Amino acid sequence: MKQKLVIIGAGMASGRLIETLVETAPDAYDITLFNAEPRGNYNRLMLSPVLSGEKTYDEIVTHDEAFYDAHGVTCRFGEWVTGIDRAAKVVTGTHGPVAYDKLVIGTGSLPFIIPLPGHDLDGVIAYRDLEDTQRMMAMGAGRRVVVIGGGLLGLEAAAGMAARGADVTVVHIMGHLMERQLDEAAGYLLKTSLEDKGITVRLQSNSKEILGENGHVKALMLDDGTELPCDLLVMAVGIRPNVALGKEAGLAVGRGIHVDNQMVTSDPDILSVGECVEHQGAVFGLVAPLYEQAKVAAQTLLGQEAAFVQKSLSTKLKVTGCDLFSAGDFADAPGREDIVFRDPSRGVYKRLVIEKDRLIGAVMYGDTADGAWFFGLIKDGTPIDDMRETLIFGPAFQGGAQADPLSAVAALPPEAEICGCNGICKGTITEAIAGGAHDLAAVRSTTKASASCGTCTGLVEQVLQVSLGDAFQMPTAQPICGCCDLSHEDVRRLIKAKALKSQPAVWQELGWKTPNGCHVCRPAVNFYLLADWPLEYRDDPQSRFVNERKHANIQKDGTFSVVPRMWGGITTPDELRAIADAADKYAVPTVKVTGGQRIDLLGVKGEDLPHIWADLNRAGLVSGHAYSKGLRTVKTCVGTDHCRFGTQDSTGLGIKLEQALWGSWTPHKVKLAVSGCPRNCAEATCKDVGIVCVDSGYQVGVGGAAGMDVKETERLIDVATEAEAIAVTVAFVQLYRENAKYLDRPYKWLGKVGLDWVRERILDPAERQRLVDAFELSQSIYRKDPWAEHAARPRAYAPLADLTLEAAE
Amino acid sequence: MSWIDIAAIDDIPERGARVVKTPVGCIALFRTAVAEVFAASNTCPHKGGPLADGIVHGQKVTCPLHNWVFDLNTGQAVGEDARIATYPVRIEAGRVLLDGMAVGKRSAA
Ligand code: SRM
Ligand SMILES: Cc1cc2nc3c(=O)[nH]c(=O)nc-3n(C[C@H](O)[C@H](O)[C@H](O)COP(=O)(O)OP(=O)(O)OC[C@H]3O[C@@H](n4cnc5c(N)ncnc54)[C@H](O)[C@@H]3O)c2cc1C
Ligand code: SF4
Ligand code: FES
Repeated sequence: MKQKLVIIGAGMASGRLIETLVETAPDAYDITLFNAEPRGNYNRLMLSPVLSGEKTYDEIVTHDEAFYDAHGVTCRFGEWVTGIDRAAKVVTGTHGPVAYDKLVIGTGSLPFIIPLPGHDLDGVIAYRDLEDTQRMMAMGAGRRVVVIGGGLLGLEAAAGMAARGADVTVVHIMGHLMERQLDEAAGYLLKTSLEDKGITVRLQSNSKEILGENGHVKALMLDDGTELPCDLLVMAVGIRPNVALGKEAGLAVGRGIHVDNQMVTSDPDILSVGECVEHQGAVFGLVAPLYEQAKVAAQTLLGQEAAFVQKSLSTKLKVTGCDLFSAGDFADAPGREDIVFRDPSRGVYKRLVIEKDRLIGAVMYGDTADGAWFFGLIKDGTPIDDMRETLIFGPAFQGGAQADPLSAVAALPPEAEICGCNGICKGTITEAIAGGAHDLAAVRSTTKASASCGTCTGLVEQVLQVSLGDAFQMPTAQPICGCCDLSHEDVRRLIKAKALKSQPAVWQELGWKTPNGCHVCRPAVNFYLLADWPLEYRDDPQSRFVNERKHANIQKDGTFSVVPRMWGGITTPDELRAIADAADKYAVPTVKVTGGQRIDLLGVKGEDLPHIWADLNRAGLVSGHAYSKGLRTVKTCVGTDHCRFGTQDSTGLGIKLEQALWGSWTPHKVKLAVSGCPRNCAEATCKDVGIVCVDSGYQVGVGGAAGMDVKETERLIDVATEAEAIAVTVAFVQLYRENAKYLDRPYKWLGKVGLDWVRERILDPAERQRLVDAFELSQSIYRKDPWAEHAARPRAYAPLADLTLEAAE
Repeated sequence: MSWIDIAAIDDIPERGARVVKTPVGCIALFRTAVAEVFAASNTCPHKGGPLADGIVHGQKVTCPLHNWVFDLNTGQAVGEDARIATYPVRIEAGRVLLDGMAVGKRSAA
């Protein structure tokens, strides 16, 4: 007699199981197939092509009525199984019970819905089945959609709806798309091509609330208050194995239903396959291993020997025009080495991960032709030692080509601006070269490119080199560090010319040779990005030296110093008391008056930092940034308030300047001083910006120094009013921020561009106003106390765990 | 090996580090990529710099005091005749596990 087999769920896994079963032993079982969806097995993977209109539903049905008829499968579609009675060996569906000899659970997984307020509004859906797909297909031109989740599913949903003309925004919590499958560089390229399809991508965005109107979704609100209006909201943030039935029936369940290598659960008559299972600690989300499971389960049901073994996986995104591939393990345990290849002009990125002499992971974007070959090497564990050098060029390649350092410049379009001062584009320069300007001087005189501040000189030379080849002798510019071939100046200018707004964009487009830079280039690139794109780019603490990351100055013994701001050197008894109390409470070993007119608490333990800051904040004291490449102190003298020689309110101006400039990041530190008269008690003539008050107004000097070099300031301009003195100072600092090389103090930068070039800009009223506005825009983000933010999350400063305690037991 | 569950991977910033106190001294857990963590001594052999406060790049860290660079795979200092101890660590289901035996714990309880 035939045995009775009941299968719960007509999904990808059970479909394969039924096929294997009826092909090998058509007479072994009477099959009853339950499915909650009102249809049989179809190819769920192909829902995305259905969504985008490349396929119809009929084309993706894998098993139709004729198939079920031919193999005597009793179909109970549109029917939920509500319980399993293991003792009686009966399952109960919504339309009645069925007895089984063997049972297979293939219930797949449930999309995870973030329990945001409003998640149950109409128009909030997941992406799992045909119904979801049909809701999305209704979104055409003029409709707005928000997709939460920048993983495989979310992006397929977004691309599908964009293809139908909808206005789609993807909101992703992480710093790059598909972070599980891709590294940052590939994630950046993917983002660029999605944006080219008209999709808006918002990274590092946290959803706060779903807003509705008459029970229907109206907008998504992010935690920064931004509202994204939408007619449909798709959540594609992950899946959870659907274990409810198994759990209720008392099977062993962890994250998924536990199965052994034969796909048998803790009950010998019940098997389970697909996304609902957990095998040796792993759960599954891609179809390849599920097919394996289905085959093994079928063999087990037929009494054949078979065992399921986990293998490495590869992923491809099914979005037309986004050519990406990732396989194996490219970000996991220690012991690894990377090979990176980038071709900025073709938008190609490839990264191989090697462990000992094996390839274990690969990520590719833009050119994935060799993906299968690499995946083969990974799966087979082929030793790669003798092809290590040329491996990245794929199977066809022999002999060693190098990524061309000039390709970033070669790839610039003719309208890309090379010389910012004079607004000269690449096309103008190449025309001049074609017209006979064959060296830098000739290009300068015909086009004016690099004739002003000169920081684009390197780029102009590269354009010459690209145009003239060997006929042009390239002077060697000092690259930032070993990670790239470009100088600071070139990187700065290319960030603007190519509108590069993230670190991965810089690494990829400018041909970085390491995965993510080093301690030399990362702080510089981070600064350039935040100075050029104050609103779009977010400061990256991990690219900052510890002082700027922890907002205190590291000492030789690993403790820190804490210096609160004293605006213009002025303090109060309350502030002094708060400092004294803090020094007592945190047993600060040394309290010192600094050379910058304020008090330094030296020797504070790292773990105490958030707490001492909270205490100082309560007394109104904020960070003095004594650790930053940013505004340090504004030294003042007593001025007209007290001094018999004072000509203007030097203390008041100093405080106003400090309050305008504090918190801003600059290429190197910036120190100011304001003296009330030419006796200069505030030592204003050796500061980055020093103002000396006189009867007729204010003498603004710049480019002083009293550190490794000692330099007197040079007079930038004399102004009559305090307001002008502030505007000139702010404009000067902004010009410095926009143009100087990282770690050049203003005097060094002035030595390169010349005081005249700077003065011309500050004297031009329109340019001065632009600089002031640009500075204010940036300060709308950065003029705030970092201590207050960090004091709110003290855990980040404490050890992650203390294993010494238990050890003593 | 006896794996001890230390923390969620997201407790360590990407390209950052956090310290764990252990019987063999302070150990730093360096998160070099989304799902890549290394464990090594927190103490620089040069003058004791706290390596968890350094800049993490690729699979390396730069000491915050005088810029020695260490390869986290081997603990070897780049261009210096010095190395730091490294310890077995792994990630499972989003949790970071450290080998208790290697860090001087007798049991993982
Ligand atoms: C605390 C203080 C010394 C003091 O006790 O007075 C100080 C302490 C340090 N200075 Fe300074 N400087 C201090 C005023 C100065 C001054 C005087 C001034 O600002 O009026 C100068 C010369 C003026 C100038 O900058 O031109 C000064 C020129 C330097 C330099 C050389 C800069 C240069 O461009 O040549 C460095 C090195 C660097 O920044 O690269 C430096 C670096 C340092 C560092 C941050 C070294 C380091 O990286 O760890 C010191 C931190 C000590 C610590 O462990 O906390 N410090 N330093 C002063 C803090 C003032 C404040 O309230 O913020
Ligand atoms: C849009 C989309 C695109 C995808 N693209 C890819 C891809 O490109 N590559 C890849 O490898 N993977 C992809 N996947 C993932 C892949 O589809 C899944 O891994 C696979 O479908 C899981 O198969 P399964 O049999 O475990 O579950 P499913 O295919 O989900 O089937 C489970 C079935 O069980 C039914 N069910 C659940 N509970 C009950 C119950 N109590 N009673 C009756 N029936 C029940 C459900 O209705 C469902 O029909 C994609 C998934 C989606 C949604
Ligand atoms: S002069 Fe400045 S940098 Fe040098 S030891 Fe003194 S505080 Fe440190
Ligand atoms: S203490 Fe680490 S480099 Fe000096």
